Formats: sequence, structure tokens, C-alpha cells
Amino acid sequence: MTLTPTHESPSDEVLREVALTRDEYHFAADLLDRPPNPVELGIIGGMWSEHCGYKHSRPLLGRLPSEGPHVLIGPGEENAGAVDIGHGLAIVMKVESHNHPSAVEPFQGAATGVGGILRDIFTMGARPIALLDSLRFGPLDDRRGRYLANGIVGGIGWYGNCMGVPTVGGEVQVSSSYRGNPLVNAMCVGLIEHDQLTSAAASGAGNELILVGADTGRDGIHGATFASVDDPEASHRGVVQVGNPFMEKLLLEACLEVLQTTDAILGLQDLGATGLTSSSVESAGRGGTGVVLHLEHVARRASGMTPYEVMLSESQERMLVVAARGRAHEVQRVFDKWGLHSDVIGEVTETGLLDVRDNGHSAASLPITMLTDAPTYTYPVERPAYLDEVGSLNLQVLPEPDDPTAAFLQLLASPNIASRRPIYRQYDHMVGANTVIAPGGDAALLRIKGTPMAVALSTDGNGRTTYLDPFVGGAAAIAESARNVSCTGARPLAFTNCLNFGSPEQSAAYYQLSRAIDGMAAAARALETPVISGNVSLYNESGGEAIWPTPVVGMLGVLDEAEWRCGMGLANDGDEIAVLGAGRPRLDGSEYLSTAHDLVAGQPEINLVDEVAVQRLVRELIAGRLLSSAHDCSDGGLAVALAESAFAGGRGVQVPDLPVSGRLDEALFGESQSRIVVSYQPLAAAAIAAAAATLSVPIAPLGVVGGNRLRIGPIDVSLDQAEQIWSQGLELALAGQASPG
Amino acid sequence: MNSAVVVFPGSNCDADTLHVLNNVAGMDARYAWHADSALDDVDLVVLPGGFSHGDYLRTGAMAARAPIMTAVRDHAARGRPVLGICNGFQILLEAGLLPGAMLLNDSTQFRCEWTHLRVESTRTPCTSAAGNGQVLRLPIAHAEGNYVIDPDGLDQLHDQDRVVFRYVSPDGKRSADANPNGAVDDIAGICSAGRNVVGMMPHPERASEAALGGEDGRAIWDSLLAAAGA
Repeated sequence: MTLTPTHESPSDEVLREVALTRDEYHFAADLLDRPPNPVELGIIGGMWSEHCGYKHSRPLLGRLPSEGPHVLIGPGEENAGAVDIGHGLAIVMKVESHNHPSAVEPFQGAATGVGGILRDIFTMGARPIALLDSLRFGPLDDRRGRYLANGIVGGIGWYGNCMGVPTVGGEVQVSSSYRGNPLVNAMCVGLIEHDQLTSAAASGAGNELILVGADTGRDGIHGATFASVDDPEASHRGVVQVGNPFMEKLLLEACLEVLQTTDAILGLQDLGATGLTSSSVESAGRGGTGVVLHLEHVARRASGMTPYEVMLSESQERMLVVAARGRAHEVQRVFDKWGLHSDVIGEVTETGLLDVRDNGHSAASLPITMLTDAPTYTYPVERPAYLDEVGSLNLQVLPEPDDPTAAFLQLLASPNIASRRPIYRQYDHMVGANTVIAPGGDAALLRIKGTPMAVALSTDGNGRTTYLDPFVGGAAAIAESARNVSCTGARPLAFTNCLNFGSPEQSAAYYQLSRAIDGMAAAARALETPVISGNVSLYNESGGEAIWPTPVVGMLGVLDEAEWRCGMGLANDGDEIAVLGAGRPRLDGSEYLSTAHDLVAGQPEINLVDEVAVQRLVRELIAGRLLSSAHDCSDGGLAVALAESAFAGGRGVQVPDLPVSGRLDEALFGESQSRIVVSYQPLAAAAIAAAAATLSVPIAPLGVVGGNRLRIGPIDVSLDQAEQIWSQGLELALAGQASPG
Repeated sequence: MNSAVVVFPGSNCDADTLHVLNNVAGMDARYAWHADSALDDVDLVVLPGGFSHGDYLRTGAMAARAPIMTAVRDHAARGRPVLGICNGFQILLEAGLLPGAMLLNDSTQFRCEWTHLRVESTRTPCTSAAGNGQVLRLPIAHAEGNYVIDPDGLDQLHDQDRVVFRYVSPDGKRSADANPNGAVDDIAGICSAGRNVVGMMPHPERASEAALGGEDGRAIWDSLLAAAGA
């Protein structure tokens, strides 16, 4: 970008408010051949923010594979991606962050994150059938950490429960890296018949724009620009919106009713970040058209609002509807039935302009293409020095545990491993009458009524792994989410993602972003799972420290016969237990290393050939009805994976002769990708070994199911005692009480 | 059996309930709209779960004043069965069709989990085919299921055998641990003096198909069908 400062610039303060650099201001003025007025400046700042314009991430995101035979709508085309699942049905899904608002006002910040992602799904015409939430909290021994964590969980539950969309999965990790900047990534999954998919395009001059839902207020102005600068705590609380899930429930039902009973709706777009600005601009951009808005028709909840405030308000629960010319009343009749206020506020034009008028006066007039094509930035990718420091791990200085059982119980009580039930029991995870595998399993499984199918859903992403090796962390996020889906028997089909990183203007964070995307791309190609949608949240830092780079992947899988599903719980006394996969357990980057030695170091690994093979094997074994249980072996290693399967099945395990090749703690608690713990009836052992040999997947028999104790090598503890410690770990931490472990 | 599932703004278990009545219980069920003042000629009215009007006032308080509730009262007055599930139970309390009120759960949190109920009275259309003392495993999903009633009212419920369900442990015993919300006397469901109006916090429609983890909810539908046939 070469720039000549030909126009007089606004003050630094004005530019900071709209989050534009001085170069960007001059670039905009050159494109317009005049200085933008203040309303236009706010519109440009919103549309060119990272949140809307992806100016730092767009050049990198293109590396993710986005094509596949099942993809119906790919990333960036509409509000969410869509994938064919057979039977004429499609799944629509997307994950989006609400990190910054949740750092300021956790309950409403998280709640409105859920509200926003729900709207992205039903604007596609799809009925939302599931929510998942990927959360990262700061330490819970800190008062503010607990306030944020409990507020975020409360807000997610409040919104999703009221909407009647089940929250079926997600994950939670706790680390001091997220102390000032928690992560709240909400994913929504919708179901629709192919021919009902609705676009968010504003096409056809003369078609009418209807604004429906909440009145427009002063809340949330600058939410998008706020999310694109660092240090949310220093920002203003007034930018956080307040949710109204009841209004959203009415919007959902009314929009779907209009779509099902008339063909008067040509496009649907929700109002998210930058409100009316981005919704009208993006709709016109998709349609290759322009729009004229008459702001005096926008219903307000405050008097004296300026055009600037109306255009940038982020009041929640609003939708922009493109109705066929002369048919707005048909749409509005349904909104009236549901008690929703709506107004015709403008129309589609052929001008290619965002033409904003207020009582007949021009308030803004900007080319749509200028707003949808934010300037993009690329930086050199330079390997940061910290990687050499954290990459070396000298195990010789670390003592092995004196008491393996005590070390095991300490791990079970860790907030990163303990039962998630204290959180998911606050979420209605059953409404909709589809939840076959509820939260707590490897992946959630939902039946698709009217078919024999089910869909499996999992979100995963490990910030610690990505911090230690961004490429491996990116690849592992894809691999683990797919592995979790495969453990139910489902075939991974496509994914959505949310990239939570620090400032891309810092070279370490830019390196992490670039390499994590490369890792995700490599794993996605290997597993043949294209990306269909996503979101980027940069500038996640506070007090000058970036968070751990945290790519979150939401994976969709399809199980052709729901009846074939496999769970993680041990099912029969006398079943044999084995671990599948070539992954070699290592203490590098493990939860054990962090919990027992307060150490984040080492070199995590992933081998994508092994990963593809072990997932294929477990799916084949499940389809062959050979397994009693299957469970991903991840945080906490083999000992924790065995315990989790034991708790889920209410049965003990007898693994007296644990194979140990090096350190005992490595064998017990070491982590790796590409390992799955399975149990099966002894009669199935030969067939399982043969299938594993065919796919060249190592299988290591461990022991048998039964009894009321966990006996894993030198570990020996009653199932009840271990389960109690595991059940209470997170609950006590969230309540601010010391762990009993 | 002709049935109506009433849809209030914010109902969200309406579709699940309709699905189970039609596809599991084999009834002929359809929706009734809150703003209508008349019901079709139906044998059963179900008020489903959800967050009617967002529960922004007291739970059920707005819905209890909907036009359709006049028709629901008439239906009840003729001795025909009315079942309120979760928010539907809360609406029946606010409408005065059942006595008592709901407080916030003693945990102060929303709770979605499986519970065990003991059938305390089979003298209602919803439990007529169940066994006295039978234990049913049904899920709850509510923030306000902490049932309260004044001491005289509670005595009346006892004297008239109107406690229909109590929370119990899996082996059918009462205990503080088995009560998920602090409800007085472990009450999970009650009936009217006429016995035909039943309110319950747990969700039988979520436990009517094996694929969803349990079928104990069918005891309610089987009872309603048996009572209608009698």
C-alpha cells in the first residue's frame, strides 16, 4: 500500500475510537477521493476491523482446505457453512468467539455470544439443534477467575436453556495464560433440508429491507473495534450488549415460519458486530448490489440517537430481512403473530453504494466493495526465540513420583481433568429429544429424526500444545476433534474453527497463527475434512501478555446407523482392555508435567499417517460391532483414560502388568496423539488384532474390566474414592474450595 | 386419543412433547396456540416445558393469563386430564389450577440431570397404569423447581393423596441427596382435588425412547391412554 497524505487527518483520538491506523485513513480517503465524514469513518472502521474484515488473517485462512464432495456452502460465503449429510439433509454450523465482552461482563458477554451464533444458523433457514462451548479460564484459585468462569457458564446456560437448543458439548481448560482474557467460543449446529437453505444476499433492486426484533439502542457501539484491540479490561463496559433470549426465541420461530409458509423472503441476515452497518453491507456485497437505508424508520430504544449511533449499535436480537418487492406485509404478518416489531427501513438498489439517509439528508454514501474488501496485511513469519527455551525438557532432573496413586489422584482432581458435570448440568442438554450421547463422552451424538442416522460433534483445541509447537497444536486440534468423533463410530466430515490468538502485529503471535493454520491444513487434508466456516479472534492479551495460541476446532461426523454407536464407558465385566495406535506417550507438554511439576515444556508430536490409521481402525471395529467401548487417550494419559472409561461404565479395571519401557510416570501419565483405549469381549480379540494388523496399527493389550478398584500398574485405589475425587475437582475449584486431593 | 399441546411464546418442549405423543404414545396430538380462546374437542391437554415469555416475570405468570387458559380451565372443569410438565406445571400453579408455588432451586442453579421418582398415587389419569411405589427414572431441566406450599396446604395434599411423585434414590428411598432442588417434602408432582389436573417437574417426554437413555416416561402415556379407554 503506497500512500500519499493528501487529506487533512482526524486526530489520533478519533482514529483510535474507530480502530483505524493513519495509513488506513489515508487509504480510505484516497479510495473515496474525499475525506470520509464522521459517520462514514465509523462505518469504515467497523468494516475494516479484524472482526469484520479479517485483515490480518484472511491471507492465511486460504491455506485451509475448503473443498470436498459433501460441502454445500464453504467458508465466507454465507453466515455459516453447510455440509450434506445424506437423506436430502444438510448440517449448517459455525463457531464464533465472544472473548472480549466476556472478559468485561462474563454473564452477558457469554450469553450474547450464544445468541449471535444461534442467529448465524437460523439466518440460513436451519433449525438450531445443538450448541457447544469451548471455554478457557484463568486460575480458579483467584477470585476474579471464579467470577469470570461462573458468570460465563451461567450466561451460556441462561441463553441456550431459554432458547430450547441443547448444549451438548464443548470443553474447558484452565491456565494462567487466560487470566485476564478468558476464551468463550460458542458453536451452533443447525439442521435443514437442502432446498430450504436461505441466502443472506440482498439482490434485486426494489426489494425491501425489513428490520425486525429488538429496538435499536446505544448498547454495544464499537463492539467490533473493541474486539480488535488489546486489553479489554481497559475498555468501556458500555460496549457489552445485554441479551434477550426470549426475543431471540420469537425471532427464530417467526423466521422459520415465514420461510416455511411463504416465498416472500429472499435473504436473511443477522445483526452482529457493527450492527446495521455490516448486515446491510455484507448482504449487498453478496448480492452485488447496493442498499439505501432510511434511518428515521429504525425503531429506537433511546431518544436523540445520531445516525452514527444507529449505524453502529450492536443491540442484540435484530435481523435484517430482504423481502420481495411489495410483499413485506406478508412477512410482517408473521412477525406480528409472534409479537415482534418490524419496520421497512430501506431497499435494494443497483448503485453499488451503502446509501444512508436520515430524514432525507445523506448521512453516508460509500461503495460496498470498498467496505467488503478491507486492506490486508501480511508479515514475515519468523520463529520466535521462546520456542527454543520451552522446547527443551530435561527429564533427568525430574523425580518420578514416590506414590503413583497419590500422583494419580492429584491429576484426577485437576480442574483440567476432573468431571465437567458441574458445568454441563447447568445446561439443558436434552431438549430437542435427540441427544443420544450426552456431554461427558468423547463426542456428543444426536439422532436425526426420520432417518437411521446420527451426527457426532466435538470441539477441541489445546493451547499448551500450540504454545509449545504451533504446527503440532494446529494439527492436533483437528486430529483430536476427529478422533473424538471417530470414537463414537462416526465418520468425520467437515469442521468449523475459531482461532484465538494474540496481536498479529507481534511477530511471535503472527508466527503462531501462521504455523497453527499450516498444521490445521495438513491434518485436515490427511483426514479429508474440509473447513466450512470459522471466525478469528486476535488481540487476545492483557497486560501486554498474549494468551496461549488457541485454535478451537468443531468437528462434525456422521454415523449412518445410530444403533452402531459406541460409548466410552466400560460395559461388561471380563471384557479385555487394549490401547490402539502408534502414539508414543511423552511427558512433553502433558497435564501431568504441569500439575505435578508446574512445568510447561517439551516438544509435542503428531504423526498424521498414524492418526488417520487409528481413526479408520476404530470406526471399522465399531461398524463391525466388535467393541464394547472406545475412548480417546488424551489429557492425563493412559491412567486417566482408563479411569474415565471406568467411571462412565461404573466398573473397575485390572491392569497389573502395565507395559513400561522408560519412566513409570511417562507410561502412566504421558500423552500422545493417535491413541484410543478400547474394551471388547474376549471372543472379539482375534478379529480386532487382525483388523489392526491389516491397517498396520499397533495394539497393546492392557488387562481386563471388573471389580471395584482401579489397578493400573502400581496404582491401586477404590473406584468410589477415585470417582469422588474426580467428580468434585472442578466443582470445588469453581466454588473456591481447596481440592481434597 | 385426541390431544392438544399448548404453545406459548417461549415454550420449547412443545415439539418434543408432540413428537412423543404422536410417534411413541400413538395419540393424535396437535398444537394449540396461546392467543386462541378455544380448544378443539380434545381428550387431553398438555402444557409443555420451556420458558414461556422468557420467565422474565415469575415462571409461568404471564402464560397463566393467556386467552387459551380459559379453555384449559373449562376442559379441566369437565374432569378431563390436563398435564403440565416443568414450565407447564409452573403455569398451572400460577393459573391456580394447582396449589403452591415454585422457588429457585436450593443450588441456585439450573439443573439438567436424571432423577428418580416414586409414584405416590396411582389415582390420577397420568399414573393409573403405574404401580404404587414404582420408581421411574426421568430427567429434570429447570432452575425453579423448588416446590413450596403453606403447611395447611401440604396437609391437604397428604390427606387427599394428591402428592403424585416424590424424588427418591434409585432404590426408591427418600433422602436429601435424591432431592435435586429443595422441594418441600421431596415433591416432584401433584394433582388437583379433582385428580384430573397433574403437574410434574421432570420430563417424561425425554425418557420415552430407548435411544435417548430410558423409557420410563411411557408409564405416563400408557396411563393416560388406559384412563381414556376406561
